Amino acid sequence: MKRHTTWRTRFFSVQMDMRAIRRMGLLVLAVLAACLLGPSLGNTMLSPVTVVETMMGSGSGANEFIVNNSRVPRTLVALLTGGALGVSGLLLQGVVRNPLAAPDIVGVTGGASVAAVAFMTFGAGAVSIQWIPLAAISGALLVSTLIYALAWKKGVSPIRLILIGIGISAIMSAAVTFMIIVSSAVTATDAYVWLTGSIYGASWSDIFTIAPVIALGLPLAVVFSSSLNAQQLGDDTSAGLGVRIQVDRIVVVFLSVVLAGTAVAVAGAIGFIGLIAPHIARALIGRSYGALVPASACTGAILLFAADLIARTIFYPVDVPAGVFTAAIGAPFFLYLLFRNRNHF
Amino acid sequence: MKNRMAPKRRRVLTLFLIFFLFLLSFASSLLFGQTPITAGEVWKSFSAFNDEATSHIVVQSDRLPRAVIATVVGASLAVAGTLMQALTKNPMASPSIFGINQGAIFFVVIGVVYLSLSSLVSLMGMAFLGAALAAAVVYVLGSLGRDGLTPVKIVLAGAAISALFQSYTQGILVLDEAGLQDVMFWLAGSVSGRTLDMLLPVLPFMVIAMITALLLGRAINLFITGDDIAKGMGQKTLLLKAVIGVIVVLLAGSSVAVVGAVGFIGLVIPHVARFFVGHDYRWVLPFSALLGAVLLVSADVLARLIIMPQEVPIGVMTALVGGPFFIYIARRGVSNL
Repeated sequence: MKRHTTWRTRFFSVQMDMRAIRRMGLLVLAVLAACLLGPSLGNTMLSPVTVVETMMGSGSGANEFIVNNSRVPRTLVALLTGGALGVSGLLLQGVVRNPLAAPDIVGVTGGASVAAVAFMTFGAGAVSIQWIPLAAISGALLVSTLIYALAWKKGVSPIRLILIGIGISAIMSAAVTFMIIVSSAVTATDAYVWLTGSIYGASWSDIFTIAPVIALGLPLAVVFSSSLNAQQLGDDTSAGLGVRIQVDRIVVVFLSVVLAGTAVAVAGAIGFIGLIAPHIARALIGRSYGALVPASACTGAILLFAADLIARTIFYPVDVPAGVFTAAIGAPFFLYLLFRNRNHF
Repeated sequence: MKNRMAPKRRRVLTLFLIFFLFLLSFASSLLFGQTPITAGEVWKSFSAFNDEATSHIVVQSDRLPRAVIATVVGASLAVAGTLMQALTKNPMASPSIFGINQGAIFFVVIGVVYLSLSSLVSLMGMAFLGAALAAAVVYVLGSLGRDGLTPVKIVLAGAAISALFQSYTQGILVLDEAGLQDVMFWLAGSVSGRTLDMLLPVLPFMVIAMITALLLGRAINLFITGDDIAKGMGQKTLLLKAVIGVIVVLLAGSSVAVVGAVGFIGLVIPHVARFFVGHDYRWVLPFSALLGAVLLVSADVLARLIIMPQEVPIGVMTALVGGPFFIYIARRGVSNL
């Protein structure tokens, strides 16, 4: 069977990998299935039909609260946050051309956490809580600029970037601990959960925070995918192909940071999704960034959804932070990647 | 290399100077705190202890224990870091980078929550086990591949192992809140609220390990010239590596058992010590021990004063100092030891 199909028009022609397209379709289906499964699974099991009925507004009162106020927002936040993290990681890995890059590993997540916790500590009461996402994004931007500047030494080497990111992460988590102690507004438990990352208590306002960022970010990421494809060939080659490397690089990093910062603002410092999702997407779809952006988004969404589902059901009534599961799966995966790339470091 | 030829007298002088600094920080640890206590009162609390006087009780039951613990732990972590950097010939090696802190904490938490261990000795055993496991995994992972132990591989493997153990620890503690109460003590990474009774069971291990370490200076000098040369000179390098490994686990493991996760001392101090005395490990090791004690004791004093009346956990202080230093080493790039 022929694997590739070519689609020609008068203006452009695209060679499409049919297997990748089928798999992409399956990923999208899986995300849609998660949308239904999420609200049905839990302590009170509901059939998907009941869920749909309730969402349409014709269900019973008890179910209405569970579905509309608790499970639907939680499912959507898990999917959206996971998607944002997946794309953020993909973009970062594309720019630094290193399979081990991820927003949490290079310290971007740490910056967002510090800013968010600082906001809760010092701005509590004075400024409305809905500005937290903005604080988190600015923190992420500030810290990533700092990391980039510190890693600069006649150009940025990916390895230096990652090492410095790890150093910055350590400082950031110390800073968060420091602020938690100074603050009386944030309790230690809250902050502990925040640092691990949890979707507990997701609300509709979280969705309205993250949905616009994704709605803008994903198409923009797709627009820059051709540049990213070219960048994989090395700086010189891609410059020869007409890519404005430095400009594109900054825009893509900016995009990645904004996506990760928003995710932190909504769900806390959930780790490793940004690392794993792009790798799974690449294994499924191949190496073209145009397809990888939606695929990473879907993979990240499903991963975080699964982690959160396990976190809230298996140990019921205890709600384990989803970040515990993403790290428990993600850290071994990271070690595997390190092992596979052992000759490159 | 310039320092290698430095006259012995200068080194001895520097050593005395640092020792003086140490006495100074130890004294300020007794004097300063929420309520400053005069030197006279501190002296009286030793010479004529009066159990009615609050200041005497504060000095004897709070400040003295934490100053002693900070001294011992600071020295242990610094020497552990020095040995690790020599063993791996790598400027970024140190207990916290190798994931030893999180490994030991994870095992202590398992001991408390699932095995219902409560005696300090058994928890210490768990801490040793966790420290050894984490160190071994990171060492093996870091050694794989063509270039052997590179700083990047060690740092990345250590970061991943730390994240892994940390997530398990968090998972266990979320599920078992009663356990959290018992273990919060270790997690915080703090020298406050420790009594000397907590130090005593680990002290013999630390002292033996420390003395052995200080005696290894000559052997390490030969070892860092390279495995081949050392073997050619008749050194049993494998044995030396094993001994160093055991010492590191004993020093770092017992440190975690007493104070919890305190990072970066083992990373920073060896560099400072080498700055003073060059690469002669007969000198680097005692310098490290003393400098480590100075750093942790004075960090503890600062931790008490910086946001009075509250206290910053000492692990936070060392991270705020050590993190920038880590970045500095990363920027400077890997140079020889």
